[in-house]
Parts: sequence; C-alpha cells; structure tokens
Amino acid sequence: MKKIVALFLAVLMLLSFVGCASTGTETGTGEGGAAAADFKVGAIYINSKNDTAGYTFAHHNGIVTAMKAMGMDVDKQLFIVDEVPEDAEQVGAAVDTLVGKGVNIIFGISFGYIDAMETKAAEYPVVIFSHATGYKSNSTNFNNYFGRAYQARYLAGIAAGLKSLAIGNNNVGYVAAYGTEYAETASGINGFAMGVQSVNPDAKVYVKKLGTWADEVNEAAFAKELIDSFGCGVISQHCDSAQPQIAAEKANVFGCGYNSDMTPDAPKAHLTAAIWHWDVYYGTAIKAAMECGEASKFVEKMGTPAYYGGLKENFVDVSPLSENCVEGTDKAIAAVRKLIVDGEWDVFSGVKLSVNAQGEVVKTDAALVDNQGNEIVPAGGESVADSVITGTMNYFVAGVELV
Amino acid sequence: MDKLSIITSFIHSIIVMNIPLLYGTVGEILVEKSGSLNLGVEGTMAVGAVIGYICGCWANSLGVGILTAFVMGALCGLIFAVLTVSLQANQNITGLTLTTFGLGVYFFVGNALRSAKAFPTMNDYDSIRAGFEDIPIPLLSKIPVIGPGLFSHNILVYLGIAIAVLVWWYLKHTSPGLRLRSIGENPAAADSVGISVNRNKYLHICLGCGIMGIGGYYMSLYMSGSFNSNCWINGYGWIAVALVIFANWNPALAIVGTFVFGFFNTLRVSGPSLAVAFPGALGWLAGIPTQLYQALPFIITAIVLVVTSLRGNKFSSGLPAALGLNYFREER
Repeated sequence: MKKIVALFLAVLMLLSFVGCASTGTETGTGEGGAAAADFKVGAIYINSKNDTAGYTFAHHNGIVTAMKAMGMDVDKQLFIVDEVPEDAEQVGAAVDTLVGKGVNIIFGISFGYIDAMETKAAEYPVVIFSHATGYKSNSTNFNNYFGRAYQARYLAGIAAGLKSLAIGNNNVGYVAAYGTEYAETASGINGFAMGVQSVNPDAKVYVKKLGTWADEVNEAAFAKELIDSFGCGVISQHCDSAQPQIAAEKANVFGCGYNSDMTPDAPKAHLTAAIWHWDVYYGTAIKAAMECGEASKFVEKMGTPAYYGGLKENFVDVSPLSENCVEGTDKAIAAVRKLIVDGEWDVFSGVKLSVNAQGEVVKTDAALVDNQGNEIVPAGGESVADSVITGTMNYFVAGVELV
Repeated sequence: MDKLSIITSFIHSIIVMNIPLLYGTVGEILVEKSGSLNLGVEGTMAVGAVIGYICGCWANSLGVGILTAFVMGALCGLIFAVLTVSLQANQNITGLTLTTFGLGVYFFVGNALRSAKAFPTMNDYDSIRAGFEDIPIPLLSKIPVIGPGLFSHNILVYLGIAIAVLVWWYLKHTSPGLRLRSIGENPAAADSVGISVNRNKYLHICLGCGIMGIGGYYMSLYMSGSFNSNCWINGYGWIAVALVIFANWNPALAIVGTFVFGFFNTLRVSGPSLAVAFPGALGWLAGIPTQLYQALPFIITAIVLVVTSLRGNKFSSGLPAALGLNYFREER
C-alpha cells in the first residue's frame, strides 16, 4: 500500500513539474508575440461543439475555417469549453480552464457572457478576450464584435420584394426570435422591411415574435399562421432552424432564410438567406492577436474596441440566389450592394432607394419614420449611429406590424 | 386577413401541436398503472423520434417509421424494466437516467448522420410526406370554421386518439386490464392470486414506452425532420408526466387534458393574432408578455397538481397505490 501511495505521489509531482514547465513557456511566448505554430485559441460555446447546425455551429465553423486558412493545427491549437450557460460563475470557470491551457485569445460567443468576460479580462491582462454580440470592452485586451446583418437583410428584402410583386401578394411574413426588445432583431426586421419596400412600396411586413432564441416547434407554427391567417406569400425569419422555410414550402409560398443557405431545406420555396462569414472576423482577430505583441495592445491593433463589419468586409452577405428568385434579382441586389460597399449609402438614413429588376436605383430624400409615425431621421439626414443599431433601436419602421 | 381562418388555424394548431402529449400521457398511464413511475418519457420519445424518423425515411414508409419508433420506445422500456423490475433499482433515478440517455442517443445518432451528410431530408421521401398529409373526415370537415380545424388531420392524430380510447377500454373493461390495475394497487395481493407481477410489468412498461416512441416519431414528422441543436421533443415528455396526474390516470380524460393543455400552449402562437383580428373582444391578449405565454403550460401544471392533491378522498383517485414501489417477492 505504501508503495502505491509513494508511486502515486511521485507521478503527481512529476505531473506538476510538467505543468509548471509548460505554463512557463506559454507566458514567455505570450509576452514576445506568438508565432502561428504555438498560438493557442480558446473558445466558449453556448451549445455543443458537435452541433451540426445553428448558432454554435456557425461560430465553430468560422473559427476552424479561419485557423485552417492560416495553417494552424485545429486539433492542437484550439481549446473549447462548450455547453456553457449564460451564468457568470460557469463562464468564469470556463475562462479559468482555458487560461490554464495557456490560450492567447478567448472568444465568447453568447451575449450573456458579457459580465464574466469583462471581469476576467481585468483578471488576466495577458490574455485577449473577444466577445460576440456584446457592447462592453476596454482599451487593452477586451473587445466585442458583431456584424451589420441589417445590410444583408436589406438585400434579402429586395429578393423578397421582387417575389412579392411577381406573385401579386403584398403580405410578407417574418418569424422573429424577439421584436423590439433587442436592437439585433429590430434592426434586422427593419432592414429587411426597407429592402422589401425598395422594390414594392405597398408591401406590409407582419412580424410574429417567439420570445426565445430557439424554439423549433413554434417556429414552424408561427410561419404556418402567418401564411394561413395573414396570407403572406414570402416568409422571412430571424431564428436558427429552417422550420419557417419548410412551412413556406409546404404551403407553396416563398421565403428568405437566415444564418445558412436554406435552399437544401426548402428547395422550392427558398429565395436567399442573410448569412454570416464568421471566419472573416475570426481570421482578422487571430491575426491581430498574433501581431500585436502584447495582449494589452490588441484593441489598439484592431483599431476599435467594437468590431462592426458589414457587406464591405464580407462579414455578412446573402447566400447564392436560388432558382426561385425573380429574374433580375441579381442585378437589383448587385446595384444596392455596390452603393453600400462604396460607402455611398446606408440603410437607416434619410435617403430612400427605389430599385427595380433592371438594376436601376433611384435615390430620393425621405424621412425614416417608425410605424407609430414618429420621425427617426429627417429627409436627407445621415444614417442613425452604429450604437443605435447595435444597442437602442427599439422601434419598427413604417409598414411593419407586430401580430 | 381572414378573421375566421385565424380561429380555424388556432383550433387546428391546438390538435396538431399537442398530440405528442397524448401519446406520452397514454403511454405513461399504462406504465404507471403497473406500479412503475417512469420519468424517462422525454428520453424515450427522443429515441423513438430519431431512430423512427431515420428508419422510416430509409424504407420510405410511414408504417416502418411508426413500427421502428414503437420498437425503439419499447427497447427503452425494456432497459427501464430490467433495471427496476428485475434488478430493483430506484425508479425515479432510473427514469431520469433514461431521459439523459435518450437525449444522448438522439444527439449522437443525429449529429453523426449530419456530419456524414447522411441525415435524411423529409422532402426526398414522397410517401412519408404524403402519409403525413391531412385526411379530412367526410361531412364533418365541411362544417364552417371549426370543421377544418377539428376534423381534418394527419393519420397519426387519429391513431393517437384511437390508442387513447383503446387503452381506456383495455384498462376499464378487460380482464388483463383489471389484472394490471391490481398489480399497480397491490402487487403482493395480485401475486397471491396467481397473477405474474413481473411478466405483466415488463409487458406494460414496454408497451407504454412504445406508445411514447410513436409520439416522438410524430414530432420528427411535425418538424419535417429538420435536425438542429434543439431536441424535437422540446420538453413534451415532462409535460406528459404532469398530464398523467391531470387526467387522473384515465386515458379518456387524457384526451381532454391534452387539448385543455394544448389550448394554453397554442395560445402563445395564436394569441397575438387573435388580438389583431378581434381587437374588441380579445385585444387584451396582445398585452400578455410572451414570457407569460411560455410559462402558462407550466403554471397550469402546477395548479393541476395543487388541485388534484387538495381534492383528496372526495374523488376516487386513479393514483395506483403501489406507484413507485418496487415489488420484491421475497419481502412479501
């Protein structure tokens, strides 16, 4: 018995030496700027890393794609703690685990990680913290990132609007996780609705909100009701699953998906989807983290504590147009995309676009008005601030009705 | 907007969205009547759902899907029976473990097939899709407004109600049903008059879990086989456990219970639309926060539990006296 205990203790001591040794080298590389071969990426996921669809999958895919493109070994250089609920204690523990593994940068993908990420960023100044969808940051090692999904949704709205003209049905449905409670959903709905109206000014967008980010059973039911009761001919969505598109296909109407190209899910209904290229950000962030030398210079290297990429950075986009789209949809979308990418125009401004299937765009000064009749931006005015789009947009534009 | 069609679609949704609850409840009633409390409904339904869906698609046959789901559910039941009847394991813990196990199997099988790009898409299987189409009942479905809502459903809705009625008749009016009930009340007494307790328990646990499996399969078809990061069963298994009490262990009442429950469950989907369609009478529905709608089914469950336990001896409770207690012959 004594021998076993002694052996056990010896092994334990040996292990602790190894542990010390490895932490030592990591701190060394962390300070001197890590090369691609020994740079370590950490990630905290809300769902399982083994998911094959949905939000976590999209981020995991983005990180893996970005790392592979940089020639990094995902098996050895990516450390993941998954299925972490939005609870400060558990997020903190996940951060501790990752720091213990010696990661150089930690990505937290869920909004509710925000406070824990902030606290831990102060606790570990030699590690970089990067938080998706949040609004907190510091000037050294903690930033947040998100994308102008509303721009992609505007383009998808053009496809939906042209389809609504073609089928002669001005009712467009929208299954949303939330309504005006979150700027993320409100800006998406507004962007989409304005895209629809740019080609079909008479169109009305009926929104049904789920009150939760993922609820597949009701996503299907909500879409069905929009089609059956509100006579919607095109169904758009802000939810993970393809249920609204499948419901559209069953009812012989059309739809615009979200997050991934949903054409395989609903080949006869799907037009195009607003999608994210998360690897664009992850590639940029990992590169900046490698090059910035010290973790405290990360935010400076990124140029901003709040990365907010759009069509221009190719961070958001629309998926390839399906055969269900009206002829000329590609031209109309290309014309508007050019305006946005060139920085000549943005969605929430006092300038309205009028687009047609020939790709002709007419700009007119018109006030941005919400659906209660309040003026948000005067005619000809500048676009609303980014901080409004990400944080405080709590209204629907004219032509949107919550049902 | 067609105001009356909102009512029709509300009625229709109450039934199609909540029929899996009926399968779960009836299955659980059968299990509990044998004196076994199986908390693994959620897991059992999940296994039936994913395996039933995959096999049904591969065979391109709704019948094969139903049968596979039933067999897979029954297999989960067999695990439960071996552990609790033969090995005398604690029923609560075994049931909870079964839920974890079932959800694990669900995600393991589903994600493995998705990763291999081999997860079947319901769109590709005509006979499954056609088999799940609504079949209107002649004449009745022609009644305006409520007709299409109440009397035009897919085959699995009719099957679920038929199973509920059959189980009610079996428990109430047949001698095997009487024997089963006696085991649930007092297994020692049943044993003493020559009823094989263990054989009956095995049989009915497997049968009940098989029925739950079909309920899971229903969900897979309702979700069009779109596999995502959420489980298709979505908590229905847990609500079914509560509905058993609501129904007072009576499968016929379970039909009523399912739809009362379904009414509140579905109000979440249709409430705001009803408010828009009838601003005068139902406008107040729009003021209810979504979160309250979400909580409603569970609030109702809590109220039901309180009411059923308060009414005490005034009603003849269907609660099997030996529920949750393992029967060990040598301790008799």
